[in-house]
Amino acid sequence: MYKETVLPRILEQVVNCKDDIAQHYLMDCIIQVFPDEYHLQTLETLLSAFPQLQPTVDIKTVLSQLMDRLSNYAASSAEVLPEFLQVEAFAKLSSAIGKVIEAQVDMPIVGAITLYVSLLTFTLRVHPDRLDYVDQVLGACVKKLSGKAKLEDSKATKQIVALLSAPLEKYNDIVTALKLSNYPRVMDHLDNGTNKVMAVVIIQSIMKNSTCISTADKVEALFELIKGLIKDMDGTPDDELDEEDFKEEQNSVARLIHMLYNDDPEEMLKIICTVRKHILLGGPKRLPFTVPPLVFSSLKLVRRLQGQDGDVIGEEVPATPKKIFQILHQTIEALSLVPSPELALRLYLQCAEAANDCDLEPVAYEFFTQAFILYEEEVADSKAQVTAIHLIIGTLQRMNIFGVENRDTLTHKATGYSAKLLKKPDQCRAVYACSHLFWVDDQDGIKDGERVLLCLKRALRIANAAQQMANVTRGSSGSVTLFIEILNKYLYFFEKGNPQITSSVIQGLIELINTEMQSDNTTSDPSADAFFASTLRYIQFQKQKGGAMGEKYEPIKIN
Amino acid sequence: MVLVLALGDLHIPHRAADLPAKFKSMLVPGKIQHIICTGNLCIKEIHDYLKSLCPDLHVSRGEYDEDSHYPETKTLTIGQFKLGLCHGHQIVPWGDLDSLAMLQRQLDVDILVTGHTHQFKAYKHEGGVVINPGSATGAHSSITYDANPSFVLMDIDALRVVVYVYELIDGEVKVDKIDFKKTTTTHACH
Repeated sequence: MYKETVLPRILEQVVNCKDDIAQHYLMDCIIQVFPDEYHLQTLETLLSAFPQLQPTVDIKTVLSQLMDRLSNYAASSAEVLPEFLQVEAFAKLSSAIGKVIEAQVDMPIVGAITLYVSLLTFTLRVHPDRLDYVDQVLGACVKKLSGKAKLEDSKATKQIVALLSAPLEKYNDIVTALKLSNYPRVMDHLDNGTNKVMAVVIIQSIMKNSTCISTADKVEALFELIKGLIKDMDGTPDDELDEEDFKEEQNSVARLIHMLYNDDPEEMLKIICTVRKHILLGGPKRLPFTVPPLVFSSLKLVRRLQGQDGDVIGEEVPATPKKIFQILHQTIEALSLVPSPELALRLYLQCAEAANDCDLEPVAYEFFTQAFILYEEEVADSKAQVTAIHLIIGTLQRMNIFGVENRDTLTHKATGYSAKLLKKPDQCRAVYACSHLFWVDDQDGIKDGERVLLCLKRALRIANAAQQMANVTRGSSGSVTLFIEILNKYLYFFEKGNPQITSSVIQGLIELINTEMQSDNTTSDPSADAFFASTLRYIQFQKQKGGAMGEKYEPIKIN
Repeated sequence: MVLVLALGDLHIPHRAADLPAKFKSMLVPGKIQHIICTGNLCIKEIHDYLKSLCPDLHVSRGEYDEDSHYPETKTLTIGQFKLGLCHGHQIVPWGDLDSLAMLQRQLDVDILVTGHTHQFKAYKHEGGVVINPGSATGAHSSITYDANPSFVLMDIDALRVVVYVYELIDGEVKVDKIDFKKTTTTHACH
């Protein structure tokens, strides 16, 4: 009865009254008062009234309310959903909105978008599986936005963000959103600032849901969406962005890179190349953030391929460690644009280790060369040099792939640079660290006792020089700590069985330290005292161990 | 009973996106009295997160840390124990226990906490205990293959410390514990 008699009569009254305030109020009442099932069944009739209302009536609000009510109705129980399909609710609402927007030419853009937001919410509630409907709504929005300049109205952009966020929240899966062909088109109409806001929303959705993006195509689509974060849009850098905000933004891109993964090496390599292509457009400000995660992602792939034999007969296997190392080389090189020599040095050393594990001697050597070049030419800060040289020594110590010549060249360079550090104590420590380059505990490891001793003796000379300098400049001997450190290193190699290091050599060193510590010239240093004491305790402990170790230590006398 | 969280080598965002969800849900503010971090967080966000778990945060410098002002080494006293903290990339050969023992003697500490290798270790020697909490995110390492995410919780009570190691293995958190006692007469930890 409602459908046949009541509603048509009421609507006739509403339209004929021609009073905009009354019309708004009355339409509102109709929607609020009558149950949602009624509205569904009379949708066509109800909607047909809208274009007949006075042009000044705020139809969009009323329409939005209607859609919101119907959305809630749909959400209330799954049983009502078939009804929606039966009455073709989506089609009717969609067309009604289209008509309203067309009719009200003066409607501000925010109004149109609000309508689409309501329609989208409705669609996601009622027809979540119909991606084509969702895409349709977005498409209608694109049509409305096209031909206009990029949006400046903040209310409108807020609504667009709401529009774009809705599918993300509903599906919890960016991959689904990537299937919506109009999604990127809507984003294109955003101004740069809002585009970035939306990009961050997308990344947050991925991180929150731990979504894994698993094909190069999807990665390509995703990076197109977030391009506002990846590079400067319109060629102009965004100077207004606060440094902290920029860092946060880029760090979230960095984290995102770890979510891009596929078990299949070929596809993974494609993903890596896609990401690389995009981040290289980012410019010097972004590269220090985006290059490291890509490098480590690639190193993980190398490790996976390590065990495999890449040469399958008759097959072209693009994903080989060698190929990936080439890509890595070029990618790290890009950091020279920043410039970021310390970071690049670290990454080259990581690659060298990986190449070592892949038995690729020339590749490993090349990476070391690059690291050394950076050290020589770019790392100027003395503190940075100390860290860098220790990283070089530490990495080199672990290399087992180098033949004698290559190894000699690199160790020679490492020792040389160690002795050239600015401060004497730093020189001393780096040089005795180099002693480990000539003694590797592995079965086939190098065990060159003489060169070990040479390093330790050199360290001693430097420590002596440091003492003398302190004498001259400060009128008192510096701390004996360096000597105690070197003593500990002597003990290390003594225990390992370096024949060049005898108990008498160690005894001599102990005497030397004793003398220095008791000398009037020496400033008292409680931490050096404690260090020496614990070293002597260690020697005592080893002596008391008995067996081979006890025997070894027997000749060494401590008070 | 003093709870000390020891962790490090998160390498966020260079090598990992975030801490494992299961770890995050375990690490609740207000339960821990001290946090010692071996380094390589690497960004301020992580520093702030750790600080929110416990205001008494100590960090040593890792080679990838954004903040280059963290100290190379740090010592602190908790109860009867002297603890030392150092990332470990400075000690060559990396992960070598004898070389780490030398650092322990130099810092004169009962417990040395160090990282860099991403491999959990709790090693007792005549001079004390060396603990490596591993990598809290299981980040890629050139030294350790397939590192599981791990961290350490130390319960310090008078002269005894119980070291709990939490490791994420195949999606499940496994806990193990090791006891150490200190005698007051010698400096050694047994």
